[in-house]
Parts: sequence; C-alpha cells; structure tokens
Amino acid sequence: MGMTITEKILAKSAGKNIVKPGESIWLNVDTLMTHDVCGPPTIGIWKREFGEKAKIWDKDRVVIFPDHYIFTANKHANRNVEILREFAKEQSLDNYYDVGTDRYKGVCHIALAEEGYNLPGTVLFGTDSHTCTSGAFGMFSTGVGNTDAAFILGTGKIWEKVPESMKFTFNGAMPEYLTAKDLILQILGDITTDGATYRAMEFDGEAVFSLGMNERMTLTNMAIEAGGMSGIIQADEVTEAYVKERTDKSYEIFKSDADAVYQSKYEYDVSKLEPLVAKPHSPDNRGTVRSVEGTKLTKCYIGSCTGGKITDFMFAAKLLFGQETKVPTFIVPASTEVAAQFEVETFNGVTLKEIFTNAGCEIAQSSCAACLGGPDDTFGRSVDHDIVISTTNRNFPGRMGSKKSEVYLASPLTVAASALTGVITDPRDYL
Amino acid sequence: MNNKITGKAFVLGNNIDTDQIIPAEHLVYSMTDSEESKLYGKYALSSVPIQESGLPGGGIKFVDVGKHLSEYSIIIGGANFGCGSSREHAPFAMQVAGVKAIVAESYARIFYRNSVDGGFVIPLDSTMKINDKIKTGDEIEIDLDQNKITNLTTGTSYQLNPIGDVLPIIEAGGLFEYARKTNMISQ
Ligand code: SF4
Repeated sequence: MGMTITEKILAKSAGKNIVKPGESIWLNVDTLMTHDVCGPPTIGIWKREFGEKAKIWDKDRVVIFPDHYIFTANKHANRNVEILREFAKEQSLDNYYDVGTDRYKGVCHIALAEEGYNLPGTVLFGTDSHTCTSGAFGMFSTGVGNTDAAFILGTGKIWEKVPESMKFTFNGAMPEYLTAKDLILQILGDITTDGATYRAMEFDGEAVFSLGMNERMTLTNMAIEAGGMSGIIQADEVTEAYVKERTDKSYEIFKSDADAVYQSKYEYDVSKLEPLVAKPHSPDNRGTVRSVEGTKLTKCYIGSCTGGKITDFMFAAKLLFGQETKVPTFIVPASTEVAAQFEVETFNGVTLKEIFTNAGCEIAQSSCAACLGGPDDTFGRSVDHDIVISTTNRNFPGRMGSKKSEVYLASPLTVAASALTGVITDPRDYL
Repeated sequence: MNNKITGKAFVLGNNIDTDQIIPAEHLVYSMTDSEESKLYGKYALSSVPIQESGLPGGGIKFVDVGKHLSEYSIIIGGANFGCGSSREHAPFAMQVAGVKAIVAESYARIFYRNSVDGGFVIPLDSTMKINDKIKTGDEIEIDLDQNKITNLTTGTSYQLNPIGDVLPIIEAGGLFEYARKTNMISQ
C-alpha cells in the first residue's frame, strides 16, 4: 500500500520505513521557529526544565522572529522582545532577526520562506498555529505550544500522531478574478472549522501548481482554520527555483504514491468558483461576495501572513491604480522584503508605494499589526462597532481588536474593490 | 493521578476558540511570575460572547470581577474546543482560574496537546453531546478509572472516551515529567 507525502516525510523524520495514520511517533525536528509572544514563555519553561546554564539542542536549527507586538509602547510587549534578545545573545543564536536592526524581517511564516528555512522534505515546528504555512514547500510543518517547543529546544525531539490525509484537487486555469484566498475559503465553507482536525490537507491539481510560492502559502496557511495539523503541496520546479535563490542547504523531494490512502478527496473546477468572503464571526461562514455586496464598511485591511505578501499587494494595486479609497484602508506588508518591493514593483509603470499612497491608503511597518488585535496602539486595530473587510485569516469575536466589531475575510482583490466603494464589492466589477 | 475529580460545571457552546479563552491583548503577561500570572485567571474566558457564557441561559461571568479564581472547576464544552491559535496561555489561563478538567465533544489539536503536555488541565471527550444536558452550576463528578462523568445534581451519568495514547503523559503530569520517568531526559 502506498504512502502520502506527509507519511513519507514523517517516516523519514522518525527513522522508520513506514508509518500509519493514528500511530504516535517521536520525530527528529529539523527546524524550530518561535516569536515574541510564545518565545519568552518557551524559554522560561526550557530554563526551568534544563537549568539556567543549559545550551539548546542545536543553535543552527532554532530561528526566532519578533513580529507580533513590535511597534507599541506596551511595556510588557517590549519586555518580551528584550527576553528574546538576551536569549539570542546568551545562546550565540545566529538566526535571530532583531527589531531595530536591518536584520528585522516581520511576520515569521513569510520570513521563514524568504530566509531559506523552508526546505522540501524537512520537518518544521513552530510556536504559532499558522506554522502550517511552510507546507507549501513540500515539507511537514505544524504549530505547537510552549511546552512542546521547550521540549524541542532541549532535545530536538517531539511526539506526534501521524495524521490521516485529505486531498483537495483544483482543476482548470485560474480566472483573473480569483485568488488562492478564494480557494481556501471555498474549502473552509465545505468542511468547516473542524473538518480537518488532526489531519494533513494536501493540495493538488493544475490550478494549484500554476500558482507561485506566495499564493501556495495562502492555501497552506489557512489549513489550521479547518483544524488541520498541516497543509502540504508537493515541491515542483517553482518550489525549487524559490528555494535555490535563497539558500544552498540540501533538501529532498517527496511525492504521494498513486495508491496512497486518503481519508477523503475533494475536487473543484476553478473556472466555476466565485470570489468569496467568510462572514463574521468564523472563517467557515462562507458566502459569495455577491451575497453580501453593498454591506457598509468602516475599514479595509490588507496584511498578515495570509494576505500581506507581494502578490497580494500586486492584486490590490491592479484595482487601486489611479483611484481613491472611500474608507480608511490599512496596508501592512508582511515582511521588510515585501515593504522594500513596494518601491520596486510597478503596475502600469507606477510603484506600488505610489499607487497606495495616491489612493489614500495608510502603509505601516512590517509586523502582524491588527491581524490579532494586540495592544491599544496597534496599527489598524478594530475599534468599537467597526465593520472591516480584511485579507487576514481569522474573524473570531475580538480577533482584530474590538469584540463589537465585525470582520469579513476576503481576497486582496475583493478587499481592494471594496476599498474603492466603501461597501463590500465584487472585484469582477472593476477588473 | 487522582482518579476522581469533582466541582461545579461551567457550560459553553461549540467552537470556543483561543481568542475567547484568553484574548490576544493579554498574552504579554509573565507566565512564570506567580503574582503577574494571576492576570491570566482574571481574563480567562473573558471574550466568550456574554449570551453564550455559562449555558443554557448565558450571561454568567466565569470569573468574578477582581478575582482570578473561578467558582467553576469543570468546563463542559461542545465540538472543536480550543480552536484557533497555538497559545499555551489558553489552557494555562484555565488552570490559573482553577479549572481541573474539560469535557467536550472534540478538541482542536494544539489546544489538546498543550493541555496534556503542559499538565495544565485534563481534556476528556464525551461519547455524546452533553453541553445541552448539564447546566452551569451543576455539581459534577468525573471518574477517570471508569471513563464516566456524573451530574450529581441530577444523578445522570454519561460515558467518556478512554484517554488513549496520551494517558501516560497525563498520569505523569506533563511531557517533561513523562520524559524523566521514562529516562528520555535526565533527572
Ligand atoms: S500575521 Fe496574523 S496569523 Fe500571521 S503570524 Fe501574525 S498574528 Fe498570526
């Protein structure tokens, strides 16, 4: 009987030939990632368990990105970054990307890709639920809590239950009004927020492989919104080209066998799909953009690991070019690399930075910003009864700040179209 | 492990996510400083919409204003308990508020792992939906040997699923304790 790509990668990491879904195995971790919210408590637990003078298991395999609560006056938040800084110094950690230096990157999941840590065939754990994003590179990646991360920090090992796999195949050629965000919102509406709990979500089909790495990461990023342990896309020449440009580390490409067993299979024809939203207050509360068209907005938000990549801003620029926004529109490049590209990438010969500025958008420094609410002074945070349309990944009550606010999740095309009118708008009307 | 757990029930609905359990703005407090970490108990379950807080009627505060300990020590939930972010602050906040066990129909993976590996609370799953059968404030007894939860107020018992693979970790009190017991890491 054949194995899925996920089973093959986990078997290799566990030093076994075969693993089966449901089996608990101990994995050898290739990379551990943490950030400013979960890093300090992870370090705290690690010190408590291994001693103040201990050395971490492998300093070349631990990567830290402060990204969540960065540009704030909140003293607790700033203390957290201070703890990371101290830890990096004490452990001579090279892979630390400090705020206020030119190494600063921004949102961890995008930074992992850009800095060459995402390697096909490897196993990555991170103290963040969206660690599943890295699965776009044909690797196993998943989120864990602080105790698990502290255990990895000391031992390089962790237990995991081998997941069953689900397969999602997207056939056809992507229409210009559709983005990866619409594809994942489609799936979430179909399988709901616990439809993939404890499972690996494998994405396949010509539409998926026609996407660049940024768009592929949007798909795997929101696997966790279906409760998925991981999302994964087999590596191909697009993946290899991206990786080789950023690192010379070695990697191994795994593929699912033709007779691999899946818990379930879903097939879609992308030419039949429409622009979608997730209505308040859950990512699976799917509706077509048409069905909520005209809903009055108080804010538009383009950012986060889901919707703050350069491709997301290229989509937005297409619509915002030469136009003015009708509601406050907040732009948060996920990483400093994306922010730098704003001054280089152009649409109709005009840089993204000019397009957004001329459209009246506010552009922030790279970080998680209002994707998860954060301290009161966070850029773009929802207040009071705000009605927001956002390219982020979660719209639970209070997620973007105010518990009274309502958040619609949508593609960057839909958010940009809505910014132009001040009400929820289908991008097909403007393309 | 103490094989009987008793306490008052606090009943919640489906899809209780980690932002509802402990809102993101509170994630900045120290989890090791014993005074400061009490803030996690103070804000536990503070973002659950008030009409769903303490079912069936709702409108019940989990932790009284000014306190960090709740009078309820057993959470009765629905499906997909603890979905959302990876924050270990969520089961930790429950523990600080005095919760000993959660009984839900199903859990999100990371929350379940965190509860077990951190030794914060014991996550149990019921074989059927029970959050419509137990009321907030009912006296509850959980028998871990018999995989049974009893509503002492009404005298009705319900079956729980066996804990399975992670039982040794729960019995040891967490992942590190388990690893020491089995000599995976040194004493
Ligand atoms: S951008 Fe949002 S979802 Fe992504 S890591 Fe930051 S807070 Fe989490």
